[in-house]
Amino acid sequence: MATQAVTSWGRVFRPDQQVLGMPSRHASLPLPADGLATVLPHGNGRSYGDSNLNPGGALVLGRQLDRFIAFDQSTGLITCEAGVLLSEILRLIVPQGWFLPVTPGTQFVTVGGAIANDVHGKNHHLVGSFGNHVTQLELLRSDGSRRVCSPTQDADWFAATVGGLGLTGMITWAQIQLRRIANPYLQTESIRFRSLEEFFELSQASEADYEYTVSWIDCAFAGKRLGRGLFNRANHAPAVMNPALAAKLPGAIDESSRRVPFTPPLSLINTLSLKAFNLAYFNRQQGDRVQALQHYRPFFYPLDALLEWNRIYGPKGFYQYQCVVPPQQALPVTRQLLQTIVDSGMGSFLAVLKQFGTPPSRGMLSFPMPGTTLALDFPNQGERLHRLFAQLDGIVQAAGGRLYPAKDGRMGAQIFKSGHTQWSAFSQFVDPRFSSGFWRRVMEST
Amino acid sequence: MKKILIVGATSAMAEACARLWAQQGDHLFLAARNAQQLQSLAADLQTRGATKVGTRVFDANQHDQHAALLAEATQTLGGLDTVLIAHGTLTDQDRAQHDVPYALAEIGTNGLSVVALLTLVANQLEQQGRGAIAVISSVAGDRGRQSNYVYGSAKAMVSAFTSGLRQRLAKKGVHVVTVKPGFVDTPMTAHLPKGPLWAKPEQVAKDISQAIDKGRRIVYTPGFWQLIMLIIKTIPEFVFVKLKL
Repeated sequence: MATQAVTSWGRVFRPDQQVLGMPSRHASLPLPADGLATVLPHGNGRSYGDSNLNPGGALVLGRQLDRFIAFDQSTGLITCEAGVLLSEILRLIVPQGWFLPVTPGTQFVTVGGAIANDVHGKNHHLVGSFGNHVTQLELLRSDGSRRVCSPTQDADWFAATVGGLGLTGMITWAQIQLRRIANPYLQTESIRFRSLEEFFELSQASEADYEYTVSWIDCAFAGKRLGRGLFNRANHAPAVMNPALAAKLPGAIDESSRRVPFTPPLSLINTLSLKAFNLAYFNRQQGDRVQALQHYRPFFYPLDALLEWNRIYGPKGFYQYQCVVPPQQALPVTRQLLQTIVDSGMGSFLAVLKQFGTPPSRGMLSFPMPGTTLALDFPNQGERLHRLFAQLDGIVQAAGGRLYPAKDGRMGAQIFKSGHTQWSAFSQFVDPRFSSGFWRRVMEST
Repeated sequence: MKKILIVGATSAMAEACARLWAQQGDHLFLAARNAQQLQSLAADLQTRGATKVGTRVFDANQHDQHAALLAEATQTLGGLDTVLIAHGTLTDQDRAQHDVPYALAEIGTNGLSVVALLTLVANQLEQQGRGAIAVISSVAGDRGRQSNYVYGSAKAMVSAFTSGLRQRLAKKGVHVVTVKPGFVDTPMTAHLPKGPLWAKPEQVAKDISQAIDKGRRIVYTPGFWQLIMLIIKTIPEFVFVKLKL
């Protein structure tokens, strides 16, 4: 059987894998002819590391299951196949006054991927993660069995599959409860903060009144500037609004389709560009507090406006490191993480800080938990970067935190098992014919 | 709002066209062999905005069913503006070289059934004095090549037939488009590594829909295939027989 090199969003790994198509949700699960080889559903390839890759095995192209099944405009219940992209759902529902209950930072992920990674968004503190809004899903196993699971029906299978990294079987379709909106706009406010203390104060003060909160944080500079950034908070705009104002907003016409045309021979992100970018970004707004009306696209998906932006990191690709640490010591631990990164000289171009809330995640392997999450991108600098990651791991593990599998291409078994305490119960639900590069790594005995 | 019949509606290219038309709020009538697939396709198109969706389980090789399909589609849609003929099979060339009944069946599905159906469609649209017919042929029909000449000869029949039909109907207000796709990435080709010559069905659908709207006659999709096929057609036979194409 022919194999193809398939990569993930971080472009670090490019293993050869068999690629299998699935023509319909009613079809049987395609399995590699070799009776021992494993499969893994692969959606739109937006996971960063190797949780969506299966080196030496096969991938099933989940993206091919891309039909809508039903949409009830009065209740906001949408049912669709698992390969439908969030962008396709938005195109359908926004004009009818509905919005995704939870959205990650890109709209180019499949519904199946959003469930399998139990993705979160800027409104986690109020509504939890994507899985909290999935009312049911169908799971197709390699033995040919099909199960419709929900929080009440086959609830154990549901809990294993939400956040289950595609390992419990193939999600063929799902039903999601949408939320009402009056229009496609958000009332946003961006506030400059100069310390981590200020960030935590702003977060606390905004939690109840703002559906969406997120911060960009500067991690190129040490000393007094450590922990400064921009705090963003927003709500969906109300029905009564000046429509003339809205029509002129960027994003109101259609998706931009600028594209990084090729992979530069070297990463464009280096110490110099990093400092310049962070400095410029911190100072991009005039006042300390700027309010604006924004279309949902630039607000939620600023990076989607530049297609294939992952190419800017050059042929070696990049890693993302996303952790969450519990609230008790969040401030000192976050400071320690930032200090360690700044000291390494490998600051991040995109550093995002957010307070998760208390809505419990439904998945056994779900990443979100109460506390503070920090996400950073690093160009792949080999050993040097892995030494930094090992340092960060130590801090996260000591604080009782965990790492996000969807972003990961390197975490060891130890931090996986200490962070995802239900891993052992979860492993009972893994389909014997399913596996991934990520799963084999974190299951290695240490 | 247009009234559109799509034959072979569950093929990847036809489905991509149907989605474009559903988003425009058109009326669609879908014909295909697999009832379950047809049903899930209809639900999808309705969700995407098609204002009316009719279906009929249909095997193009049963020529005696063609008239009934056309009648039902016309009645369900309340008229007929556009017909897209997109059914077909990917012929296994190796098998066709040794298995005569298989080779003829493939010619039947990809060539003869199209001729039969087009004859009825053409007459109906000619009579009403307006409408458009788009037929999916293939670049493979431009010149027989050793790798797929059984499929190619069926498509050559379709290309020649639609060329004549276009000339005949041009005077009657009916427009005929011959669509010649190159390599299209469909669920059937998932296992093949894709080079730069491969196109997505969505891209092909955009070309087909534009060709119908703008009255184009022969459409290579993506467009660069026109150049590739021009070169391939120009190669003299004494050179061509030595090539591996």
